Amino acid sequence: MDATRTDADIQTRVRMYRMMQEGRIFEKRVHDLFLQGLVKGTSHLGIGQEAIAAGFAAALRPEDLVFCTYRGHVHTLLRGASMTALMAELLGRATGICGGKGGSMHLTDVAHRAMGSYAIVGAHMPIAAGAAWAAQARGTGQVVVCFFGDGTTNIGAFHEALNLAAVWELPVVYVCENNLYMEYTPISAVTAVEHPAADRASAYGLEPILIDGNDPDEVHATAVRTVERARSGSGPSLVEAVTYRHGGHSRADPGKYRPDEEVAAWLARDPIPMYRDRLLAAGVPAETLDAVEREAQEAVERATEEARGAPPPDPSSVGTQLWADGGSAWRN
Amino acid sequence: MAELTYREAVARAIAQEMERDPTVYFIGEDVAAAGGVFKTTEGLLERFGPERVRDTPISEQAIIGAAMGAAMNGLRPIAELMFSDFFAVCWDMVANQIAKTRYMTDGQVALPLVIRTANGGGVRFGAQHSQSVESWMMAIPGLKVVIPSTPVDMIGLLAAAVRDPDPVIVIEPKVLYASKGEVPDGEIVDRLGEARTLRSGDDVTVCALGAMVPKALEAAERLDAEGVSAEVIDVRSLVPLDARTIIGSVGRTGRLVTVEENPRLCGWGAEVASIVAEEAFFSLDGPIVRVTTPHVPLPAADVLEDAAIPSVERIVEGVRRALE
Repeated sequence: MDATRTDADIQTRVRMYRMMQEGRIFEKRVHDLFLQGLVKGTSHLGIGQEAIAAGFAAALRPEDLVFCTYRGHVHTLLRGASMTALMAELLGRATGICGGKGGSMHLTDVAHRAMGSYAIVGAHMPIAAGAAWAAQARGTGQVVVCFFGDGTTNIGAFHEALNLAAVWELPVVYVCENNLYMEYTPISAVTAVEHPAADRASAYGLEPILIDGNDPDEVHATAVRTVERARSGSGPSLVEAVTYRHGGHSRADPGKYRPDEEVAAWLARDPIPMYRDRLLAAGVPAETLDAVEREAQEAVERATEEARGAPPPDPSSVGTQLWADGGSAWRN
Repeated sequence: MAELTYREAVARAIAQEMERDPTVYFIGEDVAAAGGVFKTTEGLLERFGPERVRDTPISEQAIIGAAMGAAMNGLRPIAELMFSDFFAVCWDMVANQIAKTRYMTDGQVALPLVIRTANGGGVRFGAQHSQSVESWMMAIPGLKVVIPSTPVDMIGLLAAAVRDPDPVIVIEPKVLYASKGEVPDGEIVDRLGEARTLRSGDDVTVCALGAMVPKALEAAERLDAEGVSAEVIDVRSLVPLDARTIIGSVGRTGRLVTVEENPRLCGWGAEVASIVAEEAFFSLDGPIVRVTTPHVPLPAADVLEDAAIPSVERIVEGVRRALE
């Protein structure tokens, strides 16, 4: 831990704990529903990685924009999206946040500036730069935060976006969630440098920033610093936050390609119990933290029931919302 | 009224829209200080300044991705893709992101953006700088696609594209950049999705697009001397497609020839032929004929390129086949 760091006020820290609990309990429920065949297709869970989304979410203003990946349930939720509408989307219901057209990999809530979960690795890197360009051009004071995985650092769009963001001094913070595996392969086995994002920062004239992604206080302090840098017109940042996903890459992947000792070591560094201990040591009463967990549990329960009770989409909506006129006509 | 080249019309259209709407910004490779590799954007930097007219690195994914992100956050960007062949290096942005995002988010995200690109052959650049890629765009739901064939259409359709709330790709046949046409003074705004009948005729409907339009008109002149009356339609807009104008024309002439610069398979004319076969079958008095570039990459040598791209002679011959 950085000895010079000043932690956020206790309210913010309890808020981050709540965010992590909501994200964790929500995703555990999604996993259960997937195994029951109710969440169909695929789902990519970020269980174990919640501290990064929470640390940044607590540092943003409502008008700021967030872009994330297909592993983006928690990021979208923590921007303030309705838990019921997210769950309904995962269950393929009419009341889903994208009317059932998006699914797990495309959660988007523009009203809360959750500008999309992107399923093609790296695609959102230049798109986030563009949103930041518009913020800069219009003088809105918005900051864009773009989350991505370690695997993204080896795709061309990563390089193109960071170079453009640096050259144009765009108000964007790129946050690499390095969970050590690109899908099934260790990132170290396919990457020329040890730290896939931080070691490349110098290529764009940026400061290398390598942090513990399982420590919400460290993430939050980094978020405050980099977001402020962006907002003040000093340009982009590239943050590498090291973390670990407790489960596999997607669906029912058991992640057997990972050594047992490695998994055990990271489970012992689970950000949620670690943070609970730290907050207790900081004087937060256990009852407060218990209540947070209970309320998160109840919120997920309620959202699940409401979502399951919602109707499926009307099949006629297949032909809606391709164009701004609401339809999909391609000819007269 | 003034006579403008097609390339001058590009700059005039962009200037018209940037003047009107302060949220219109323009980016691309070599578009600002250099005025574009085809000199289509000269004077825009001087007129609108470096904030609104920006040179980019050679990063097509970043150019097109940035245009998308900017459109998500309040701008109406125009992005230039220097050669349409380069869609292949940023196709994810076009086909997976721009085309699908409105639909995937059930209408939450609007993408009012324009991608302009120089397309097609006739300038001896070889296979990677001469492709006619319009059928690629047409195959992806969520993209509007127009190809102006005259300076006045260039201005009107580009203006309509900028004002449209959906992503529009404006394809510019590079062989037409030096062509000239009369352009009225004042604001010019056209409509997407409208074909234009350039020449009326009774015996055959010839549908052409982009650089094939002047050739189709010349072929119609020659056929007229043979006593064949050809109706020539400039399709102008592939998505939305003005099928009604084409079906109406075939209803009168009973014959259809499409003239396409694209390689044969899955060209736009195949879709037009399919629509006519399904909906105007009993109006047809003969087989539909498609005149296209053969299904090969475009060669560089002048003799070879000229042999590949539909010529006036091949169009005339195609019409004769349709009339047999």
